[in-house]
Amino acid sequence: MDTIYLDNNATTRVAEEVFEEMKPYFTEYYGNPSSMHTFGGQVGGKLTEARERCASLIGCDPSEITFTSGGTESDNWAISGILAATPNRRKLITSRVEHPAVLTMCRSMAPHGYNVVEIDVDEKGRLDLDQLEKEVDEDTALVTIMWANNETGTIFPVEKIAEIAHNSGAVFHTDAVQAVGKIPVNMAESNIDLLSVSGHKLHGPKGVGLLYVRKGVMLRPFIKGGHQESGRRAGTENTAGLIGLGKACQLAEENIDRENREVKRLRDKLESGLLEKCSDAFVNGDSSKRLPNTTSISFEYIEGEAILLMLDKYQICASSGSACTSGSLEPSHVLRAMGVPFTAAHGSIRFSLSIYNKEEEIDKVIEVMPPVIKRLRELSPFGRQQK
Amino acid sequence: MWDYTEKVKEHFLNPRNVGEVENPDGVGEVGSLACGDALKLTFKLDEESRIEDVKFQTFGCASAIASSSALTELIKGKTLEEAENITNKDIADYLGGLPDEKMHCSVMGKEALEAAIENYRTGETVTHQMEGNVVCTCFGITDTEIEDVVRENKLETVEQVTNYCKAGGGCGGCTGEIERIIQQVRGEKKEPREQQSKRPKNLTNIQKIQLIQEIINEQVRPSLKADGGDLDLIDVVGDDVIVAFRGMCANCKMAELTLTDVVQAKLREYVSEDINVYENK
Repeated sequence: MDTIYLDNNATTRVAEEVFEEMKPYFTEYYGNPSSMHTFGGQVGGKLTEARERCASLIGCDPSEITFTSGGTESDNWAISGILAATPNRRKLITSRVEHPAVLTMCRSMAPHGYNVVEIDVDEKGRLDLDQLEKEVDEDTALVTIMWANNETGTIFPVEKIAEIAHNSGAVFHTDAVQAVGKIPVNMAESNIDLLSVSGHKLHGPKGVGLLYVRKGVMLRPFIKGGHQESGRRAGTENTAGLIGLGKACQLAEENIDRENREVKRLRDKLESGLLEKCSDAFVNGDSSKRLPNTTSISFEYIEGEAILLMLDKYQICASSGSACTSGSLEPSHVLRAMGVPFTAAHGSIRFSLSIYNKEEEIDKVIEVMPPVIKRLRELSPFGRQQK
Repeated sequence: MWDYTEKVKEHFLNPRNVGEVENPDGVGEVGSLACGDALKLTFKLDEESRIEDVKFQTFGCASAIASSSALTELIKGKTLEEAENITNKDIADYLGGLPDEKMHCSVMGKEALEAAIENYRTGETVTHQMEGNVVCTCFGITDTEIEDVVRENKLETVEQVTNYCKAGGGCGGCTGEIERIIQQVRGEKKEPREQQSKRPKNLTNIQKIQLIQEIINEQVRPSLKADGGDLDLIDVVGDDVIVAFRGMCANCKMAELTLTDVVQAKLREYVSEDINVYENK
């Protein structure tokens, strides 16, 4: 059997249609989109089409989209750009379960005199909205909270969060890297100010993304230089990559119903199959408000890296929130913030599916995984604690 | 994906001597669920006092399981005196090496062996980690353990110490103390005058309070926040500093140690050696 890839929240396969769309722009149409000549102009035209496709997926005006190098740049820019544009406000609010692209950036602002507040989550990974309401005040420049968590898939009430931020005149940014393409996003009907998207999370290439900036929101440039991207982000555009992003957005728009129906069905089958066959296992996160493709399951009394390596023998790819996988010594900050006990946090496995996964792959994982869990528990001195 | 040797992978997928020896002569248990790895080692001696049978149970990653398996192969047939001479480096070498970040797995094997031999000789169940004073409160690592690991493996940096025994790998509040231990073991202990130079002299009350707040903000708070906790400065009365723990720190069982070993230690290091820190409960 070929590789069973269930790690799509880490990265996705580039869709064949995306790759085909990109190819001519490496060797045939390689002009600079900013050039005055026709050769460059035709690339510029294709970039405009890509921007329109991206805008269509997230329901905004193309002029509200600035292309970036990916989710991390978009997140970093949103934070630094808003803080620079509102120097009189010194408070920055985020959550404890953000992706490092947001969390690290926010924490790096503390030594520069910013009051950085991290909002708690409950045991299901749901944001403490009461705490958020108490913290947002007249000194708050920016609230930046993700749309959906990359580890558990838990979806946050972003519209409500935006409303709370706006009540005190703060700007609201959301890292929507995991949400866009998986659940409906429509900025025209939203009150979100800034939104980050990454290409390689929705079957586009790596190294491209975008930042949506609502018209009227003041944002200082992050990369300064030429006049590209209407002067908001300097540097010659990664044209082939962005054309790929545009195509990926178009496909995501077409496939979103399939994502929410077929991918979710396979995810649910995988989840219930594993929970039925493996004792001392439970799902992390909010099971009702969750991305359709994600499940994070904790297998108590064993360690995640060992599970992953045994799965690797069967060419099954997933990821773990365990410390030993990452080289850090403590389990994922998301699981710790949720208060997942150590007995379970070390043995958490995240499966994230895509439209390319097939029923027989899920059947294979349900068949292979329980003996792996049983084997590792036989090796574990804590295995005897099982019921 | 870690760059494991074929031998590590082989011992992980097909570990030798798994389980528990019946009626063992020695039992050694180290680590915990909280630490992310744990090892239970049991052995039985033959009539010539050689290790006739040895088995292990390990909770941990691939290298922890492989290191445990390697250890059992290394000590089988040896006398206790011969087994005692086995180092964590021997375990790592047997496996063709381990990634730097995983060396603590081999150290855990050596510690379990020491605990099992101690159990055989004294009949006592030894809690290995509690020899000495706890330096790393996140993982319960003592100064004695850090000294041993630095000495035996000729370690030079805090990062290496973290790789070999996990100390410093949590909140990071103990890195200064680990640095001091490294220097002590390597005979490079800083002169007291050099240490004192960090502390400004003749501070006014306002300057002193400002400096305390600055040290809390820059040296203490980031590591507490990384753990989901926080700390607020409540008051300063003479040399008495009153603080209040917030978030995860507020209910943490280790709060007392954090108060003395992290907050008070930092303020004494950077503000005044006369400072005493109290928690406002």
